[in-house]
Amino acid sequence: MTNAICARALTKYYGKIRGIVGLNLEVMEGDFYGFIGPNGAGKSTAIRTLLGLIRPDSGRAEIFGMDIAANREQILAQTGYLPSETAFYFGRKVQDILQLSANLRRRDCRRTAKELCERLRLDPGRKIEELSYGNRKKAGIVCALQHNPRLCILDEPTGGLDPLAQREFFSILKERNRQGATIFLSSHVLSEIERHCSQAAILREGTVIASGTVAELSRTSARRVTLAGNFTGDNNIGCFQDFIRDYQQEEGRISFLYSGDINRLLQVLTCFSLRDLTISEPNLEEIFLHYYANAHSMEGEVQNDSDLS
Amino acid sequence: MTLTCHELKQGRLSLLIWTASIGFLLAVCIFLYPEMKEDMDGISDMFASMGSFSAAFGMDQIDFGTLPGFYAVECGNILGLGGAFYAALCSISILSKEEKDHTAEFLLTQPVSRIRLVLEKLAAVFLQLILMNLVLFALAAVSIAAIGEALPIRELILLHGAFLFLQLELAAICFGISAFIRRGGLGIGLGIAAILYFLNLIANIAKSAEFLRFITPFAYADGADILASHSLDAGLLALGFTYGALGIAVACIKYCRKDIR
Repeated sequence: MTNAICARALTKYYGKIRGIVGLNLEVMEGDFYGFIGPNGAGKSTAIRTLLGLIRPDSGRAEIFGMDIAANREQILAQTGYLPSETAFYFGRKVQDILQLSANLRRRDCRRTAKELCERLRLDPGRKIEELSYGNRKKAGIVCALQHNPRLCILDEPTGGLDPLAQREFFSILKERNRQGATIFLSSHVLSEIERHCSQAAILREGTVIASGTVAELSRTSARRVTLAGNFTGDNNIGCFQDFIRDYQQEEGRISFLYSGDINRLLQVLTCFSLRDLTISEPNLEEIFLHYYANAHSMEGEVQNDSDLS
Repeated sequence: MTLTCHELKQGRLSLLIWTASIGFLLAVCIFLYPEMKEDMDGISDMFASMGSFSAAFGMDQIDFGTLPGFYAVECGNILGLGGAFYAALCSISILSKEEKDHTAEFLLTQPVSRIRLVLEKLAAVFLQLILMNLVLFALAAVSIAAIGEALPIRELILLHGAFLFLQLELAAICFGISAFIRRGGLGIGLGIAAILYFLNLIANIAKSAEFLRFITPFAYADGADILASHSLDAGLLALGFTYGALGIAVACIKYCRKDIR
């Protein structure tokens, strides 16, 4: 399988403001890839650099093995892009915009455009300024997908879409993915990535801190341990402080993320008077928050995740 | 041509309004001529002897009492200033509006090279200006015929040709600026057009400011000079062409390297 996207040490500063720093990314052809990060992490900067809208300060990137700077037009011909803020020309109808894009691509996309508009319940005869935020997003989706691109880059695609439209949108993406298209979508909605993507990368302060399959990312050595019982005075859990994060204690309940040897923990726990004990895999959201919560104590974990991926 | 057609569609209302406005003023001015001609004997001398005011508008060089003279001064100012404002407005925002209206992410992620985008947009600006000038020329010719005057065809072609060239030069310069700005810039465009117009008036009045003629395109489009010499100043035209070409070159170089936000 070939690389759909391959970025090496991609760096972009806007003056003194950090965009992305030494970003490495590898997306294989046929992947359904999630790009996770909070606002300002550099998701859009990374995407805009890949699409040639902005020039990187250093580093290089390839899409389908072609250099993003040297082969911009060939790359764009095979790519469909949905920006996070979809804006079109006022005074024009949706169908005019779709036709303009098709003409610029020298393609006849009318059949696919009609089908996509029907599935997303978008009236192509409406003028751009009459559209709600969600409908404008739908127009952007049709525009990004109507030419059956080999790579779909979607920047926070579901903002403004109602749940029904979201479901239809993801079902379209899954169909395209089954037909061989690579889907690359950025989001800060983790449940969305967890439900739909097979691969993901987590972005923090302009750099990818972990990447791999969504299952791998969720399957860290860490476990969410929740104890219910009568806890008075000091407990022995303190001896594990190097392996414990996100420690929360309420009356009769202790919860923490544990990344040490599970046998040793169980030995210590036998000394407690427990009413209940659950040990579960943390969900992606917990892992994500944990990545962001403590940059320093995380270094080891990042290494683990990188090894896994 | 797809992008040029798209720009022409986007700009058609503006083109219509500006052509109609300038055309209306031009026609009104021409229709005023027969009335003025009757009282012209005294007026012509008076206009020619108002010192620097006469010099500013070139009325000391030509006979304001004849149709070509009247047309060059009265209609020349309408055409010159109106056309320059439209040319500046049309081109100053042609590149920057994509970022201002957030449509850049749509347009610049289509498989179109930046240089093609720049040149197609420039073609749209030039086509709109040529279209406006053709309509205005036809309107002027019809209006002159309607008041029963003989058509001073050579003078008319020289005057209108000079104004078209002025607009193209100004548009090319504003086009260069458009590549640098991210927001509107209408004020910059109108400001440049107005300043260049007044520079020519100053150059006409003061001998020491004559060098300004090498800066402003209004110098080679000065109706009085054109009528007096029955030709266009090739040196000034060449200089104008150079300024325009520089504007376009700067736009191409800058926009091809620009970070689009």
